[in-house]
Amino acid sequence: MSDSAAPLPSNPHSTRPARQPSPLVRWVNDWGEAVIEGVVTVGDMAIFTWNMLRWMFTRLPSRGTVLINFYQVGALSLPVVALTGTFIGMVLAVQSYAQFHTIGLENRLGAVINGTLVRELGPVLAATMLAGRVGSAMAAVLGTMRVTEQIEALTAMGADPIHYLVVPRFLACILLIPALTIMADFMGIVGGYFYSVIILGIDHAAYLNHSREFVTGFDLFSGIFKSIFFGATIAIVSCYRGFHCEPGAEGVGKAATTAFVRSFVLILAIDLLLTIVLNSVYYTLYPDATSIL
Amino acid sequence: MNASAETIEDPVDAVDTESPLLEARELTVRFDKQLILSNINLSIHRGQTVAVIGESGCGKSVLMKTLIGLIQPTSGQVFLDGKDLSQMKQPELVIARRRFGFVFQNAALFDSMTVFDNVAFPLRQIENVSEAEISERVFRHLNEVGLPRNVTTKRPAELSGGMRKRVGLARALILTPEVVVYDEPTTGLDPIMSDVINELILETRRRYPVTSVVVTHDMRTARKVADRVLMFFPRSRLQPEDSQVLFDGSPSELENAEDRRVRQFVRGEAGERLNELAQTADS
Repeated sequence: MSDSAAPLPSNPHSTRPARQPSPLVRWVNDWGEAVIEGVVTVGDMAIFTWNMLRWMFTRLPSRGTVLINFYQVGALSLPVVALTGTFIGMVLAVQSYAQFHTIGLENRLGAVINGTLVRELGPVLAATMLAGRVGSAMAAVLGTMRVTEQIEALTAMGADPIHYLVVPRFLACILLIPALTIMADFMGIVGGYFYSVIILGIDHAAYLNHSREFVTGFDLFSGIFKSIFFGATIAIVSCYRGFHCEPGAEGVGKAATTAFVRSFVLILAIDLLLTIVLNSVYYTLYPDATSIL
Repeated sequence: MNASAETIEDPVDAVDTESPLLEARELTVRFDKQLILSNINLSIHRGQTVAVIGESGCGKSVLMKTLIGLIQPTSGQVFLDGKDLSQMKQPELVIARRRFGFVFQNAALFDSMTVFDNVAFPLRQIENVSEAEISERVFRHLNEVGLPRNVTTKRPAELSGGMRKRVGLARALILTPEVVVYDEPTTGLDPIMSDVINELILETRRRYPVTSVVVTHDMRTARKVADRVLMFFPRSRLQPEDSQVLFDGSPSELENAEDRRVRQFVRGEAGERLNELAQTADS
């Protein structure tokens, strides 16, 4: 198919100066592009999630692949979650004592600290640590795999990258985040108790009685229930960012940062939504529930 | 070739000129607004070794990935043994992809796995293969590409570029594919290691009745391993009516090709490209 020696094409760029659009047109254009990009991303992420769920219910990945992810997500996150949980419990004790002491209600610190921990701070803290430690790493690893053609290599060898890479990470996140939440709750309770009773000298029996009275099983359930949604969010956002990583080292860094920021924002938004829903459920189930104060 | 390690004395004799194994019809690939490949028609027959040459950015790698179904064409069709890849359902496509072995430009070995696990990976994707059989085949294929047993416990990061390419080749061959696609197999390697890789490509062809597609801009590789050469040109620098395939012939015809762009590429001469680059910089 040898062509004759055709002349090279002339420069296709026109020399006529392009008309500059007005600032309003540019503003509308920029916003339009951002909206379209947002809609495309949401749709793309929905398809990505659907493919992942489809694999999860048709064929689970091998035990070896799942266990490695369980170890990285669960076992390696435990120390940092326990440590931050302890400090948060103690910080809550310091802050709450300053407020409650002035109105003579320091004996009720147990209810405030433990209630806050079990309902909100425990799950959000565990999720934040998971997003920072595991979510960013997931995005960076998958992003590097994308950039170095490892994801394409999986497809070329007849393996499905979503089945092989995303499903184990998703399972690890949703199944182990409740355990991490319980650890954050427990260590926060221990830290709060230690600072309140041992350092601030609050009565041991009063602290425990108020905790028992105002912190219910439903509070524990709602925290763990919310954490499952947080885990799912971290896995989906991080894996999606990794799979859609831009080329180069900068792209990988951006994917890791974006994964954390987006996961964190979504965790807080989902937290608000679920808290409203769960509070409605709680007051429907227990209309005579008393308040802490 | 499925499992039968048949030896071919003269590779050229093995070319089946009857029905194409791989065929592209009016293939067009566009990324956003950028046209990469337009209206490509080509047939690759069983037993052929085709080198696809052309300067960077002309769409060689995109063509290869489209031919094995990694990239969906914007329009046009790819046929494997007469079956349209775009009409295949996912399980059928997965099975079709196992008929290909792809040697990636930078080997694309999995960082988290050892060399053994990397080479064994395609086998483990297929059920009912015992670990004993996996071990036997991994060691045999590593031996075929000249790698010792003690390399199997190493991670890809601990290997040199040439070793990584050879592990990539062993991994591509472990399922005894019908078509082996090499993406820039000698890029980034020293001349000696480049020749080792070229010899391995030839050796693979002698050992197995394989069809090979070698994407390269290394003329030594194209001349040494190929019995047919296709030269592509970047779509953005062609007139709409021009064909993107500037040359389709044997390696011996390259030097005397009618199109001066082919001759310039073969000789490594910048020619008009220097003026074009200067004009682009000025504009």
